[in-house]
Amino acid sequence: MAGRAGAAATGIVKVETGGVPVVRLRGVHLHYRKVEALAGIDLDIPAGCMVGLIGPDGVGKSSLLSLVAGARAVQAGRVEVLGADMSVRRQRDQVCPQIAYMPQGLGRNLYPTLSVEENLQFFARLFGHGAGERRRRIDELTQATGLHPFLRRPAAKLSGGMRQKLGLCCALIHDPDLLILDEPTTGVDPLARAQFWELIARIRAARTGMGVIVATAYMDEAQGFDWLVAMDRGRVLATGTPAAMLERTAAASLESAFIGLLPEDRKRGHVPVVIPPLTADGDDIAIEARDLTMRFGDFVAVDQVSFRIRRGEIFGFLGSNGCGKTTTMKMLTGLLPASDGRAWLFGHEVDPHDLRTRRRVGYMSQAFSLYGELSVRQNLVLHARLFHVPEHEIPERAQEMAARFGLESMMDELPASLPLGMRQRLSLAVAMVHKPELLILDEPTSGVDPVARDAFWRLLVELSRRDRVTIFISTHFMNEAERCDRMSMMHAGKVLDSDTPAGLVEKRGAKNLEEAFIGYLLEAGGGAPPAGSPPVAAETAPAPERTDAPPHANPRFSLQRLLSYSWREALELWRDPVRATLALGGSLILMIVMGFGIGTDVDDLRYAVLDLDQSSLSSNYQLEIAGSSYFTERPPIADYDDLDRRMRSGELAMALEIPPGFARDVARGTPVAIGAWFDGAMPMRAETVQGYLMGMHQHWLAGQAQRRYGVEPVASIAVENRFRYNPDVRSLPTMVPVVIPLLLLMLPAMLTALAVVREKEMGSITNLYVTPVTRSEFLLGKQLPYVGFAMLNFLLMVLMAVTLFGVPITGSFFALAIAALLFCVIATGMGLLASAITRSQIAAMFFAMVGTMIPASQYGGMIDPVSSLQGSGRIFGEIYPASHMFTISRGVFNKALGFADLSASFWPLLVAAPVLVGAAIALLRKQEG
Amino acid sequence: MLRRKIGNIYRLGVKELWSLWRDPVMMVLILVAFTLSVYSAASSMPETLNNAPIAIVDEDQSQLSQRIIAAFYPPGFILPAMIEQSQVDPGLDSGRYTFALIIPSGFQRDVLAGRRAQIQLNTDATRMFQAFTGSGYIQQIVMGEITEFVQRHRAVTVPAVDLALRARFNPALEKSWFGGLAQIINQIAMLSIILAGAALIREREHGTIEHLLVMPVTPGEIMLAKVWSMSLVVLAAAALSMNLVVRGLLGVPVAGSLWLFFSGAALVLFATTSLGIFMATLARNMPQFGMLVVLVLLPLQMLSGGSTPFESMPKLVQTFMQLAPTTHFVKLGGSILFRGAGFDVVWPQFLALAAIGTALFVFSLARFRRAIGRMA
Repeated sequence: MAGRAGAAATGIVKVETGGVPVVRLRGVHLHYRKVEALAGIDLDIPAGCMVGLIGPDGVGKSSLLSLVAGARAVQAGRVEVLGADMSVRRQRDQVCPQIAYMPQGLGRNLYPTLSVEENLQFFARLFGHGAGERRRRIDELTQATGLHPFLRRPAAKLSGGMRQKLGLCCALIHDPDLLILDEPTTGVDPLARAQFWELIARIRAARTGMGVIVATAYMDEAQGFDWLVAMDRGRVLATGTPAAMLERTAAASLESAFIGLLPEDRKRGHVPVVIPPLTADGDDIAIEARDLTMRFGDFVAVDQVSFRIRRGEIFGFLGSNGCGKTTTMKMLTGLLPASDGRAWLFGHEVDPHDLRTRRRVGYMSQAFSLYGELSVRQNLVLHARLFHVPEHEIPERAQEMAARFGLESMMDELPASLPLGMRQRLSLAVAMVHKPELLILDEPTSGVDPVARDAFWRLLVELSRRDRVTIFISTHFMNEAERCDRMSMMHAGKVLDSDTPAGLVEKRGAKNLEEAFIGYLLEAGGGAPPAGSPPVAAETAPAPERTDAPPHANPRFSLQRLLSYSWREALELWRDPVRATLALGGSLILMIVMGFGIGTDVDDLRYAVLDLDQSSLSSNYQLEIAGSSYFTERPPIADYDDLDRRMRSGELAMALEIPPGFARDVARGTPVAIGAWFDGAMPMRAETVQGYLMGMHQHWLAGQAQRRYGVEPVASIAVENRFRYNPDVRSLPTMVPVVIPLLLLMLPAMLTALAVVREKEMGSITNLYVTPVTRSEFLLGKQLPYVGFAMLNFLLMVLMAVTLFGVPITGSFFALAIAALLFCVIATGMGLLASAITRSQIAAMFFAMVGTMIPASQYGGMIDPVSSLQGSGRIFGEIYPASHMFTISRGVFNKALGFADLSASFWPLLVAAPVLVGAAIALLRKQEG
Repeated sequence: MLRRKIGNIYRLGVKELWSLWRDPVMMVLILVAFTLSVYSAASSMPETLNNAPIAIVDEDQSQLSQRIIAAFYPPGFILPAMIEQSQVDPGLDSGRYTFALIIPSGFQRDVLAGRRAQIQLNTDATRMFQAFTGSGYIQQIVMGEITEFVQRHRAVTVPAVDLALRARFNPALEKSWFGGLAQIINQIAMLSIILAGAALIREREHGTIEHLLVMPVTPGEIMLAKVWSMSLVVLAAAALSMNLVVRGLLGVPVAGSLWLFFSGAALVLFATTSLGIFMATLARNMPQFGMLVVLVLLPLQMLSGGSTPFESMPKLVQTFMQLAPTTHFVKLGGSILFRGAGFDVVWPQFLALAAIGTALFVFSLARFRRAIGRMA
């Protein structure tokens, strides 16, 4: 099928190997730390034709394409694309609008929460098209690809094939001269794949001269390309037309041709897979499923699936990504409880709590899912133990598995350092370590090269035929499905048909299994046949704008691009209510917690008295304290032991000791001392106690003097203490103005930090690498919505302060709002900085937290003023923006200040904002690697 | 069956330890949390009243006013800034000074003549801590100077009753003592929640949880394995930090039994690791988990009595915080480490911690069992 599409392409463009190459590589090397991804590539890719990069995963195809697209920085060698040297920034910037790049993975550069229309709008804006132009292009492209009816659907809800089409539309929105597609059809069903290639052929027919470079792991697909580059282990094995390659190796298919091209040591031991006939007892059923159904909400993932698998049989599930294969397998393993229907393993109904049946089953999930942090041996041993293989057999068993699956030489290595094929074998070894009778393998060979895949299959055959292990395997490779004893074709949650592969081909009267599958898909309403699609619009309107002056001159700074990022970010935030509510609701909750929670007033301190005088004067002294609301009196202390015990237990925060002869000594004028013991374990509380006590003592003394001498002695000299701004000395009015900036710093910083790193993790950061958007546009654009969001947060918190906490704003709200705006820019700037230097979301979050919460609460003057700090803490506190924001916030809330009074605190904020954002921009990379 | 269960729990836990060991980021985080951040937070806390910024307006320019000015010196106060009356308000407004003392003209004359005389002390009461303690100090210092001055010129008229203030368990009121303890408690809470939660989310993100679930192990075993292994790590790190950083570097004397303290810590860890797992089942991914961590951790740290006195919080908050393991831990830690309390004194905290831990564990396990189907 793909062959057909490719043949159409060949018919249009003649390979001009003699012309100027579209891509010229000389001595290109690429390393990821120690791993060599490209080992000296010299390659000229001819212009204007369909070029295929073939080879299994991990041979350097993607690395090569990302270099050509300018997404990755050139490390060594020379990369020339459309005549521009990609290691020179100016040349790269100039040429990049002519290149379109669709990275690997289904729609990795798309935004899943955005609709088809919004995704396209976003990309169109990045390339500077006006509104009318955008509309025209989007309509054209979506009509051509059949996406037009789905404009409003979020990208995440598209099927794999549709997502690829959307990716293609996004790539074509700016009329590129070179289209780079990295494994565009991996995991897409054959019908959608055929349609995709048909589409590419039609686009190329309309836009002659556009070169297309495609990487693919499906060898059969590459059959119809104009020119091929076979790659292995970072090197080019061979180049040439498919026909030439087949001729050279005297092979019937590209897959065997590729194996033929491999160097001797790679294909050593490779023998074609031979499957001996199955001798199964028809009544010995290993798995039976009857009307299994799985619903997630109103989405039916698996729809009344029934099948029976005999013991010792290799049974295959063939279908595209998302057709329900994995879900069915999970239901069989008990990982997911079925919504409807029943299933039996070895005659026992599947029960998630049945640990004994689990021991008879081995399961290998789709993605590599062993512990990457454990060595090969540790993985084997751990699984053997968890399956309760008798302890004395374990070392032997691990060794046996290693020998059988060829892992002996790498027993102490970490899985991450192994090639993919080895890891698959390890997964199988782990699944087999307890010698199960049934193996459930979910796409075990995706991404494994043909040699390793054949080796893997020989193991499966051996397990099935020699050990009579029943194997239930899912795949999206036709040639693998052909090897199964029997198979089911699945689409959209339904089993289309089940039979032996040959039987299925025969039933449809098709040439091969792929054709048979497409036949079933068409019957199931999987889409119109490719030939019936409407013509590409570009065909009718031969892209006049391309001949015009460059439609998108590439200005150094474009507000449109910046705003398109803002618009997109805002949309994403809007569509992810969990993040937004956590941030907004969270700040309000935290404000309540901290506002009410952090008090510095000390009330209800428990104290007791050891009165050794028992005079009226000593009672008089006690009354002074008992009358205070700060203290709560406990039963008197009996003796020193009692005092010690009660203080030690924490019952008493303070103990007073009035010495014997106290009244007498006072009367005589002999110096006498009252002892006050207080708990110093918590110094802050102790200091407050100390303050209270001293005040009360002074007061008592003054009272005594007046009574005794009838005069006001020195007491007539008073220190009149005016507690300014907060006459009642309550802590709430002083804490609220501090808590607001603290939260305003922490949460926006964290949200913003995640915003950039998320793109790095999801892969959409590629759009920064390969579109004309600059780093400053990217970061400022992303920052904008978060500043707005933080300001909303600020207003809510102020509202809460005034209403709920009853802390009025005494100064200029305008000044506070301006300061808050600056501060939000700073907080989000810190987030950007954190995200620019980290790669994972968790690291970014950690950075943002360490960079905001700790310095703000410890050095920002939240509790002890900055002017009281010492050493480096002092310097840090002086320059850290939060300390100035605290001053402004307190000034406006408590001190009735305005702009003029606080100007000194505004300057540091004005400086910090551009410094932080500038640093983030400087540290962010415009290319990967 | 039980042996098998225990075997599973043990092996899965060892696996967690390996995973952690090979995760450099987490290891660095643990190291930094228990060394640098404990040390810096504890040692950078100013001692008692430290360098309190004070300014004095001396309109008297007398012998007495000079005496008063000379009475303020570091480390308690910064050397007083001599300012004009007009500078008082701006200085306080901008937060340059916490205190401004105004000695009126003719003050010494009035004092000696026995007339009413007043010194005005302006205190920035938005800085609660300094304002409160400092103003008491200042009053005492000023009055002391005046009394002494007057005594030389007149007869004593005040009863000679002194108040001998003695702080027990931390005689010099060194903040680094309590700071070190509070930091260790904070780090224990933070790391145990993050490690346990992240261990679960990592399994989910790497797809390994699926793997565990098809094996003959139960969710309870998976959870217990995470609880014990992560607790052990945090406990070991905390013990090292306590001995090397707090007792060694910071020189904080420990009055009670460290064994008792760390037994309490183990109970706290049981509770906090369960909490971490619970939060990990709520969050769909790491970022959401991170947000949740902030929302939970901050109140735990601020309201448990580790940063401000527990007694001073509103009653409602106090009651609510009885549910938090850290509240009991702060109390228990203070009693054992500073007051040298034994089990006879702190058993109520142990009981409370055991109850909270069990409740959190049971609750988390129920939630984990329900969520696990959706995780795979």
